[in-house]
Formats: sequence, structure tokens, C-alpha cells
Amino acid sequence: MGRVTIPWKYKELGGKVAFEIEQIAELARLSLKPAEKEKLKKDLESILAYVEQLKQVPTDHVEPTSHVLNLENVFREDKTRPCDVREEVLKHAPHREGNFFKVPKVIEQE
Amino acid sequence: MPDSSLTLKEAIALAREEGPQKLIDSLAKRVREVDGKVNAYIHFDPARIERNKAAGLLHGVPISIKDNLATRGWETTCASKILAGHVPPYDATVVAKLRQAGATLFGKLNMDEFAFGSSTETSSFGPTRNPWDLERVPGGSSGGSAAAVAADEAIAALGSDTGGSIRLPAAFCNVVGLKPTYGRVSRYGLVAFGSSLDQIGPITKTVEDSAILLNVIAGHDERDSTSANVPVPDYTQALKRGVKGLRIGLPKEYFVKGMDPEVEAAVREAGKIYQKMGAEIKEVALPHTPHCVAVYYIVAIAEASSNLGRFDGVQYGFRAKNGSLREMYFETRDLGFGEEAKRRILLGTFVLSAGYYEAYYRKGQKVRTLIRDDFEKVFKETDLILTPVSPTPPFKLGEKLTDPLTMYLSDIFTISINLAGVPAMALPCGFSRSGLPIGMQLIARPFEEETIFQAASVYEQETQWFKRKPKL
Repeated sequence: MGRVTIPWKYKELGGKVAFEIEQIAELARLSLKPAEKEKLKKDLESILAYVEQLKQVPTDHVEPTSHVLNLENVFREDKTRPCDVREEVLKHAPHREGNFFKVPKVIEQE
Repeated sequence: MPDSSLTLKEAIALAREEGPQKLIDSLAKRVREVDGKVNAYIHFDPARIERNKAAGLLHGVPISIKDNLATRGWETTCASKILAGHVPPYDATVVAKLRQAGATLFGKLNMDEFAFGSSTETSSFGPTRNPWDLERVPGGSSGGSAAAVAADEAIAALGSDTGGSIRLPAAFCNVVGLKPTYGRVSRYGLVAFGSSLDQIGPITKTVEDSAILLNVIAGHDERDSTSANVPVPDYTQALKRGVKGLRIGLPKEYFVKGMDPEVEAAVREAGKIYQKMGAEIKEVALPHTPHCVAVYYIVAIAEASSNLGRFDGVQYGFRAKNGSLREMYFETRDLGFGEEAKRRILLGTFVLSAGYYEAYYRKGQKVRTLIRDDFEKVFKETDLILTPVSPTPPFKLGEKLTDPLTMYLSDIFTISINLAGVPAMALPCGFSRSGLPIGMQLIARPFEEETIFQAASVYEQETQWFKRKPKL
């Protein structure tokens, strides 16, 4: 979901992190049932409290590892290749119209 | 002895002599007899098994595949409702390689939904049960793969491993599971979970079978830019080398208070066996081990939440019926994903969001570097590391399902290996007094799977644990 800015509160309550579940669920495009929301919030707070331990590890001069192979960019020639898969791909669409994926109306009326 | 109990090596010989049909029939019969109890397969239909006519090493040999690997013409659902009925139009590279080698796809195996779990209980097709004790879990997430091989419902299988998902089930089911070096095997066509951690590997009855399958699936693939362009040796050549002079380290952080004494004793006994065979055993330190679960549940979950962003009901898979586009997205994801997937999506979204990115994600990546450095240091003075796979023998169904953190902690001995990108194998190492399998883990330097095969093979020959079979 990438990096996004949202104005939610971060409280540290004796090592406990308050997890603003509705805002996160909104970012993650998940609608949650009320009962589910309570349970998930509790679970996530206890997991976040557990990962708080990392704060004790000194990492001032440590480079982050995003990848173990230390890869450089991998390039290939920009050539066209035959790729006749349109029908096979569209066959799996939950909803199609002709050669397009069909989605519900995007622009809603005021 | 029924053909279904053959090792891969024996099955290759049998298919060559008698053709594949007898083998496939025997295996299908076994699945009909026992899979009602084990639930290892989620897509299995003998009528759909297409005989592969390609000549090759695996000609006619049936191989079973974890359901997160794309198989052209076969459902690939990751045991999730959001991919129900999905049939990919292409093969994963490992599947294509198996077919080129002559193998016949036999069926698709159960797993935790999207490989999120350590017990195969989060599958939307119901849990897989451990063939050694049907009240216990087979481990996860490749629980279907390990249970099928252990129960003689598969000759050999492929699984995937992001934090232990091949090795934990292998240990819990008394079979051999290898997580190759990151980049050793192409991930093209593996439904992504943690892209910097995921690897595909063989789950087999013996160490030799593991080498045979790795020979087939390893290698560079231009379709996966993270697959490494490193030559692939013939791994079966390493099996007879012995361990004389090999330096094997036992990290003290892997023998912790609270672990099961029978597991500790079994793994220490393996160390003594190696010593008797001429290896040098020494204590080593991997001091950042206690932080591996915390790092993993930041890094892996961040990657998972972004990988699962693609499931939006537009191009394939399940779509909720009503409402506007926005409502459709929310409903599709709510109805399509199970609870553990939602938990991980939410947590990953949180640790990647601005304001928390530095404190969690970046911090996690830095501690990952320290974990990796630990291994680099130890491998300057040792050739292999020997550890347990899990602190306990297989646990009961439902025992850890309500407390996610307890479930996550069942991976404490397997997670660091993925964070460091090194190869590791789980193999049988004995049984508890109550008859439950215990596994041990051999870890090597990057791209030195041969050292693992070398040591695993002599231990297996000496102990022969693989010959014990569950009663079903």
C-alpha cells in the first residue's frame, strides 16, 4: 500500500501501542465487522508491544537490508515479443465487457 | 510394499521399467483411502491427471504441488476464498521445469491461506492433520505438502518457505524439507508473500530425493530478476562426501530455556553422531537471534500487505457483488480474505505508513542486517550450523490458533534463515516418547546447499528415521 500520511494518534502506554484500527482498515481497503474489529485490534496491539523490543537494539551505524543478494538493476533489451494471451487473461475476469475488465461506476454523483 | 510408498529415486526407476500408470493408480488409491483423514489435497481429480509424454529424468513420475504455485489448467487458490476457482493461464517456472523433465502433475496441496501460518489451520479448505497424530497440526504453511509425503499420498512435493514454511512441516511430519538459498530457485509463478524472503523448495522422503528435485528446479530465470546467475552443481554428487573434517556449529541461542527437553536431547545427540563420524563440533553464537521474530513480523508483513494489494476483484478471483467501485473493493477484500490475512494486511499497512515507517520498517531492516552479519561471522569459522527446527514436537489443533503471537513464536528457529537468505534443510532426527517426530536443521553458507546434502545424507544413512511410517 506504500507510504501514506494519515493523521492518527500514536500513544505509548507503558510499551503498549494504541492501534487506530479504523484508519488502518480504511488505508488497507478492508471493511471489518464490529466483532472482528475488536479482536484484530487486540491482537495487533499485542504484536506491536512485542516488536517494541527492537528499540533496545542499537542500530546507529547499521545499513538497512532490503535484499540479501545486493542486486544491481537487471536490464534487458526493450524488444516487442508476441504475447497472445488476451482471451486467456480476460477469461478469468470476474466481469468483462468485450476486451475490457468491467468495474462498477467510478464517478459517483453528488 | 505398495508403489505409493516409494521414494522419488525408486519411483523414477519403476516408471522407467513399467511405465507410469501403475504408480499413478497406486497413489490415487492411497489418496482415496487416507485423505479423508489427512486433508492434504485441495485440488485432486484423477480424471484430470494428464500423462506427461516428455522424456526426461522424471518421466512419468507424479509430483504434487503446493497451491500457491501457478499451474496452467489447474486451480491455484492459495487456499483463499479470494482466489476460489482461479485457473492461471501459465505455469510457474518450477512447474514448467518439472514438466520439461517429464513429471506428471498429480494434485495441488493444502496450505495456510496465502502461506500465512505455521499450522495449516488457516486454509479456507479446512486444516490438514498430522499423519502421525490426527489431533495435531502438520506444521505450516506447507502442511499439505509435508503431510502428503509423510502419508505416502505423494512421491515428492514442492513447498514454499518465507519464515519456515517448508522446514517446520517437514520436521513435524518426519520428512525432508529444503529451503534453498534466496535466489537459487526462480520465484516466477509463486504467489508472492514476502518477496525478499520467499523461496520454493522440495519436500521429500529422503535427502537423495531432495537433491534430485533441486537439480531439476534450481537455476537462473530471466523471468525472476532476483534469481541468481550462479552455476547449478549436480547436488546428488555431494551425497557421498562424508563429514570428516567438516566444522559444525551449535548456536547457544537455539538451545533455550523452555524448549522441549526431548527435542534438545535429540539434536544434541545428532551433534555427537557427527563427532563420531569425524566432524568437528563447536559452540557458536548468533546473538541477535532473540529479535528475529520481531524483525520478521515487520519485514515480512510489510511485504505481504503490499503484495496483497493486487487482490481487488477486478482482474481475477472473487468479486463482491454490490455497490460502487469503492464499496466493491472493501467488500471483496472483507469477504475474500480470512482473519490471519487481514491481521497481516493491517499490521503491514501500519508499519509502512508515514510516521511509523522509520520506527518500525526501517528499524526492522537494520536489525535484519545485524542478523545477517551474525551468520557471516559464524560461517568464517564453521561450515554448517546444526539447530532444532522447532522448540516443541507438533502441537494440537486449535492450541495456538486464538493467540497469534504464540503461533508466530513457533518459528523462532527457522525465521533468521530467511532474513539472512541462507539455505537450510529440516530432516528427521528422532521421535518423542509419545511417538511424535522431531526434526533438526542444517544451515549452510549462501549457495552451498552441497554441504547440507553432504552432512544430511550421512546422518540419514546412520539413523534411518525416514523408514518409520505413520499408521493411518
